[in-house]
Amino acid sequence: MKRFRYMKAVSVREAIGILAAEPGAALMAGGTNLVDLMKYDVSTPTVVVDINGLPLHDITEQPDGGLRLGALVSNADVAYDPRITERYPLLSSAILAGASGQLRNMATVGGNLLQRTRCSYFYDVQVRCNKREPGSGCPAKTGLNRGHAILGASPLCIATHPSDMSSLSRHWMQPSWWKERVAYEAFPSPSFIVFRERVPNATQPLSLGKSFSRWIFLPCPHRWDTAI
Amino acid sequence: MILTQDSTQIEVTIHVNGTPHAVKIDPCVTLLDLLRDHLQLTGSKKGCDHGQCGACTVLLDGKRVNSCLVLAVSREGSTVTTIEGLGSIANLHPLQSAFIRHDALQCGYCTPGQICSAIGLMLEGHAKSHDEIREGMSGNLCRCGAYIGIVEAIEDVMESESSREENR
Repeated sequence: MKRFRYMKAVSVREAIGILAAEPGAALMAGGTNLVDLMKYDVSTPTVVVDINGLPLHDITEQPDGGLRLGALVSNADVAYDPRITERYPLLSSAILAGASGQLRNMATVGGNLLQRTRCSYFYDVQVRCNKREPGSGCPAKTGLNRGHAILGASPLCIATHPSDMSSLSRHWMQPSWWKERVAYEAFPSPSFIVFRERVPNATQPLSLGKSFSRWIFLPCPHRWDTAI
Repeated sequence: MILTQDSTQIEVTIHVNGTPHAVKIDPCVTLLDLLRDHLQLTGSKKGCDHGQCGACTVLLDGKRVNSCLVLAVSREGSTVTTIEGLGSIANLHPLQSAFIRHDALQCGYCTPGQICSAIGLMLEGHAKSHDEIREGMSGNLCRCGAYIGIVEAIEDVMESESSREENR
C-alpha cells in the first residue's frame, strides 16, 4: 500500500473542501472497497478523507411516504431495518445477496453504489485496463470474461458494476420514475453509473460541489408501478 | 475542524478486550496488523487480507467485521473483542467448548474468525435456524471443510441459550 495522509472530515463542507484542495484525495466510508483497492495499488490516494463522522447515519421517513437513507448507513442496517424489510423487501434481499455479514456491517449504502468493478484485469496493475489507464486497452474483451457484460457494454470496457443493490437501481431507472423524480436523487444516480461504465476512466464522481450527494431517496412503495 | 496530522504517525487509543491501548501508528496500519504486530494478539488470523476469508473477524463496537479492511487510525476510542477476550483455557467460551465437542475444526486457522463471526451473528439475531446460520456464516471460509461441525456447534449454543432462557 502506498503511503497516504489521513484526514477526518466532520462536515460535508469540509469533506468537499479537502477534495477540492487535494486532487489525489479519496473519501473513505466503510473502507471495504477502498482499502482493498489500496492494497492492490489500484487506488493510490495521497490523502484518505474519513467521512464516518458526517451526520449521514440515519434512515428517515419522508413526507411523501418514502424513506431517505443517509449515505453512511451500513448495508446491514438498511437490509434489516423493519421499514425496509416491510416496504422494500427486494432492496433488502438485494443487499443481503451481496458480500458477507462482516462486510455488510462495515460497508455503507453510499459506498455500495460507488464501489469499483471486480474485473480481474482492473485489479491487476500489471495489465492494461481502460478504467485504470485510459486508452491502454481492455484485455477482458478477449480474455477471462465470464463475469463480464453481455448487454449494454461499451467498446472500451466490458466490466460490470459489482453491486447487487445497484442492479436493483437499474430496475428503478424506468422512465416513469424519472419523470416523477422519486426514484433516486443521489449518490450516484443510475445515469451516472451508466455514464461511468461507458466512460470507463471516469473515476471521481464525488469530486466537487453538488455531485457530493448525501442521501438515497426511496419512493413511497404504493407509487411503484411495477411489482417489487 | 479538520483533524489532520502531518507527521506520518498518528496516535490512537483502542480498547481491546477491556484494556485501553494507546499506540502511535502509520495510517496504513489495519486493525488486524495493529492487533497482531503491535499488540501481539495473534489469535486473529491473516488469511486473504482482502476481506474474503473471514479469518481476521473480530467484534468492533459489538459488530463483527473483517479487521484486515479497517484502518486502525479511523477507530479512535472504539472497543474491540478478539478471540483472546472471549475465553481462557481454564474457562472456555461456550462456543469454544461447542467447537471442540462438534469437531468444528481441523487445522484451526480459521477458528478464531469463525467463533468471533458466530458471536456476531448471534448478536445480530439471525442465527435462529440451520439455514440462517449457514447463510450468516458464509463470510468465513474453512479450507479443511469443517462446516458441518461449525454449524452444529453454533446450533448447539443457540439451543442451550434458548433453553436457559425458557428455564428462567
